[in-house]
Amino acid sequence: MDLDPLLLSRLQFVWVIGWHILLPAFTVGLASYIALLEGLHFFTGQEIYFRISGFWIKIFSVAFGMGVVSGIVMPFQFGTNWSRYSDATANVLSPLFAYEGLTAFFLEAAFLGVLLFGRNLVPRWAHFVAALMVAFGTLLSSFWILSANSWMQTPVGYELVDGRFYPKDWFAIVFNPSFPYRLGHTVVGFYVTTAFVVVGVAAWLVRRGRSVAEGSRMLSMTFWLLTILVPLQILLGDEHGLNTLEHQPAKLAAIEAHWDTGRRVPLVLFALPDERNEANRYAVEVPLLGSLVLTHDINGEIRGLKEWPRDQRPPVAIPFFAFRIMVGIGLLMLAMVAASWWLRWKGRLFDTAWYLQTCQWVAPLGFVAVLAGWTTTEVGRQPWTVYGLLRTADSVSPSLTGSDVLISLVGYMVAYLVIFPAGLIIMARFVRKGREVAESEPEEIESGRPGGPVRALPGPAQRHGKAG
Amino acid sequence: MEPLVLDFVPLWTLILGIGVCFYVILDGFDLGVGILFGFQPDTASRNLVMNSIAPIWDGNETWLVLGGLALLAAFPLAFAIIIPAVYFPILVMLLALIFRGVSFEFRYRDAEHKTFWDHGFSWGSTVATFAQGMVLGAFIQGFEVDGRHFAGSSWDFITPFSVVTGVALVFGYGLLGAGWLVLKTEGELQVRARRHGRWCFLGVFAAIAIVSVWTPLANAGIAARWFSWPNLLFLSPVPLVTALLGWLEWRSLNNSSEVAPFSAAIGLFLISYLGIAISLWPMIVPHVYTLWDAASAPSTQAFLAVGTLFLLPVILMYTGWSYWVFRGKVKADIGYH
Ligand code: HDD
Ligand code: HEM
Ligand code: HEM
Repeated sequence: MDLDPLLLSRLQFVWVIGWHILLPAFTVGLASYIALLEGLHFFTGQEIYFRISGFWIKIFSVAFGMGVVSGIVMPFQFGTNWSRYSDATANVLSPLFAYEGLTAFFLEAAFLGVLLFGRNLVPRWAHFVAALMVAFGTLLSSFWILSANSWMQTPVGYELVDGRFYPKDWFAIVFNPSFPYRLGHTVVGFYVTTAFVVVGVAAWLVRRGRSVAEGSRMLSMTFWLLTILVPLQILLGDEHGLNTLEHQPAKLAAIEAHWDTGRRVPLVLFALPDERNEANRYAVEVPLLGSLVLTHDINGEIRGLKEWPRDQRPPVAIPFFAFRIMVGIGLLMLAMVAASWWLRWKGRLFDTAWYLQTCQWVAPLGFVAVLAGWTTTEVGRQPWTVYGLLRTADSVSPSLTGSDVLISLVGYMVAYLVIFPAGLIIMARFVRKGREVAESEPEEIESGRPGGPVRALPGPAQRHGKAG
Repeated sequence: MEPLVLDFVPLWTLILGIGVCFYVILDGFDLGVGILFGFQPDTASRNLVMNSIAPIWDGNETWLVLGGLALLAAFPLAFAIIIPAVYFPILVMLLALIFRGVSFEFRYRDAEHKTFWDHGFSWGSTVATFAQGMVLGAFIQGFEVDGRHFAGSSWDFITPFSVVTGVALVFGYGLLGAGWLVLKTEGELQVRARRHGRWCFLGVFAAIAIVSVWTPLANAGIAARWFSWPNLLFLSPVPLVTALLGWLEWRSLNNSSEVAPFSAAIGLFLISYLGIAISLWPMIVPHVYTLWDAASAPSTQAFLAVGTLFLLPVILMYTGWSYWVFRGKVKADIGYH
C-alpha cells in the first residue's frame, strides 16, 4: 500500500489538535472558575472559597502545562505539513494567529507564574488580578483562534489573486458570519465541560464524606451555573445550526443525512448513511420535524447532498454520528440539571447517593461532546480547508513523502500516549489520594527565593511534614 | 499595486529580529539550565536548579511561538519554504519540548517516575537545543527551492555543518544557563555553575571560530561580504568585540562577579547573531528570496504592526514585573528533605 502524505498529514493534524483541544476545554473553564473563587474570597473574606480555589489551582497547573506543550506543536503544523495552505492564507489568517500570541499567550504565561507560585509574594488584590488575567488570556486565546477557524469555514472580506488570499476588510474577516456562533457555542461548551468535572469531583468528595462543606458548596454553586449554561448551550447550538444551513448547506445536509432537496422534510433520528447509493438504510425518522428544527418553519426547504457533485461533498457518516453524539450528551446534561432542581427543591441534593454517583459518571462527557462537535464542524467542512475555495488536497506541503509523515505521526502518537495518560493519572491521583480540600492549602514559596521545589501541590516530603 | 504604500518590511525585519533575539536569550538560558540540570549530582541541587526557572519558562517559550507566527505573518513565503525543509529537526524539537515542559509539573507529582521525568527534562532540553542548532545550520546553508515551494527532501538538513551548529548551540545555551545559575544561586552550586560555564565557554569559542572560517569558505558571497574592501574595515569591530566579550566572559567565570558571566554570555550571543545577519542580509530564504520578495501583503503587515507596536511594550512591562516578583537568589531549603 502506498503511504499517502495527505492522508497521514490529516491524521496527524487530527491527532495533535484532538488532544490539544481537550486542555483548553478544561483550562478555559477552570481559569474562569478560579478567578471567580478568588474574587469571592477577596470580596466576602470567606475562607472556604480560598480553600476550594487552592485545590483547583493545583489541578489547573498540571492541565495548563499540558495545554501549553500541546499548543506549541500547533502553529508549527501549519508550516511543516500545510505549507501551501500557509502560503495561500497567511495574508489573511496570520495576523489572527499572531494576535493570539501577542494578546493571550504572553498574558497567560506571565500571570500564571504569579497565580501558581506567588500567593505570598504579592498583595492579595494582585493575586486576584493575576487570576483574572489568566482567565482573560484564555478567553482571548479562544477569541482569536476561533475567529481564524471560522474564517476558514465562512470566508469573507478577501480578494483572491493567483490562488492567494489578500485582505480587503479586516473587520469582516475577524467577525466573519459563523464566528459569533462558534465563539459563543464553544466557550459556553468549555464552561459546561469544566462545570461537569467540578460537579463530578465534588460529588465524589461528598459521597466519601471528605471535605463535605467544600464539596457541597462546589455542587451547589456549579449546578446554579449549569442551570443557566446548559439551556444556553442548546440554544446557541440551535442558532449555530441555522447559521450553518445558511453558509455551509452541504455540511448541514451531511449532518442530517439528507440526500434529496425538499420541503417538509423529516428529522432523521438514526440511519446508516450509504454514500455509494446516496441513500439511508434503517432510517428512523420523524415526519416534518426536520424542516421545523432546522429552519424554524414547517415548510422550510433543505437542500440535499445530491445537489453537489460528489467531489464537493463532505463525508456523511462521520458528521452524522458525531452530531448525534453531541446532541445526545447535551440532552443528557439537561436531564442532569433538571434532576438537580428537583433534588434541591426536596432538600436532598447532597445526600442522594444514586444521583451523586451519576454525577461522577457523567463528569467526562463534556470532553466527548467537544470532540464530537469539532469533528462535526471540521469533517463537515471537507473537502475544503477554506470553504469552497481551497481544497485540503491542495493545502499539504509538496515536499513531504508518505514515510516522512508516518515517522512524525508515530512520534506524536508515542509522545502523546506517554504524556497525556500520565497527566490524567497525576490529576486523578491528586483528587483521590491528595489531602482533603480543607487542608490542601497551597504551599507557597515565601519569596523570590523559593524554598522547596516550586510547585502548587505539596510534594511527598511536605505532606509528611505537615501530617501531624 | 498602489503607489503610495508605506514599506513595512524594515519594521517587520526589526520586530522579527528582536523577537528571535528575545527567544534565543530567554529560552536559551532556561534550556541551558535544563542541559546543566543533568550534571547536578544530587536531588537538592536539581530542585534548586529547576526552581530557578519554574515560574518563568512558560513565558520564555512563548517567544518561540511568537517568532514562528511573526515569520508566518510578515514573511509567509519564507515560512512556507523553510519550515517544511526542516521538518524533522522541528519535529524533534517539538517532541523534546513536550517532554521537557511537562517535567516541571510531573517530576514533583509523580514520585515513582521521578527519575524518568528528570531525564525527560535534561534530555528534552539538550535535544531541543541541538535540533534548533541544526535548523540554524540548515538555514545558513540554504534550501533547494522551486517557485514558491521547498523542492528538496526532508533529510537534506543533515550535513556536517548543521551537526556542528547543533553542537555549538548546546554549548551556547549551556553557557547562558551557567550564567543564569551563577546569578541565581550561591555556594557550592554556584561554584559548579562556574565550572560548567568554563567548559561551555571553550565549546562556544571553538564553535564561533569554526563557523567563522567555514561559512566564508563554503560560500563565496559571504566571503565577499566580509573580506572585500571597505567592508573589511567597517566590519572589523565584529571580531574585535567578540574577542573582547570572550575575554570578559572567561575572566568573570573565574573571579567572583555574579552578573558579568550572564551578561557577557548574552553579549556573545548578540554579536554572533549580528554576524549571521551581516552574512545573510537581505535574504530571508538564504540565497533565493529577499525579505521584500517574501513579505506578506502591505495591509497584513500594517494591520499587525499597529497592534504589535502597542502590545510589545506592554508585554515587556508585565513580563518584567513577573521576573521582579521572583527576583533574588534561589535558597537552599531548610524544611525540605
Ligand atoms: C459541552 C459541549 C457541547 C454540547 C453539550 C453541545 N455542543 Fe454543539 N458543539 C460543541 C460543543 C457542544 C463544540 C465542540 O464547541 C462545537 C464544535 C465547533 C463549534 O463551534 O462548537 C460544536 C458544534 C456544533 C455544531 C456545528 C456547527 C458547524 O460548524 O456547522 C452544531 C450545529 C451544534 N454544535 C449544535 C448543538 C446542539 C443543537 C446541541 C444541543 C444539545 C449541542 N450542539 C450541544
Ligand atoms: C481553531 C483552529 C483550527 C484550525 C485553524 C484548524 C485547521 C484545520 C485544517 C487546516 C484541517 C485540514 C486538514 C485535515 O483535513 O486534517 C483541519 C481538519 C480537521 N480539524 Fe481542524 N482546525 C482547528 C480547530 C480544530 C479543533 C479544535 C478540532 C478538534 C478536534 C479540529 C479537528 C479537525 C478534524 C477532525 C479535521 C479532519 C477532517 C478530515 O480530515 O476529514 N480542528 N482543521
Ligand atoms: C490549529 C489551532 C490551534 C493552534 C495553532 C493553537 C496554538 C496554541 C499554542 C501555541 C498554545 C501555547 C500557548 C503558550 O505558550 O502559552 C496554545 C494554548 C492554548 N490554546 Fe491553542 N491552538 C489551537 C487550537 C485551539 C483552540 C481551538 C482553542 C480554543 C478554542 C485553543 C485555546 C488555547 C488556550 C486557551 C491555550 C492556553 C493553554 C491552555 O489553556 O491549555 N487552541 N494553543
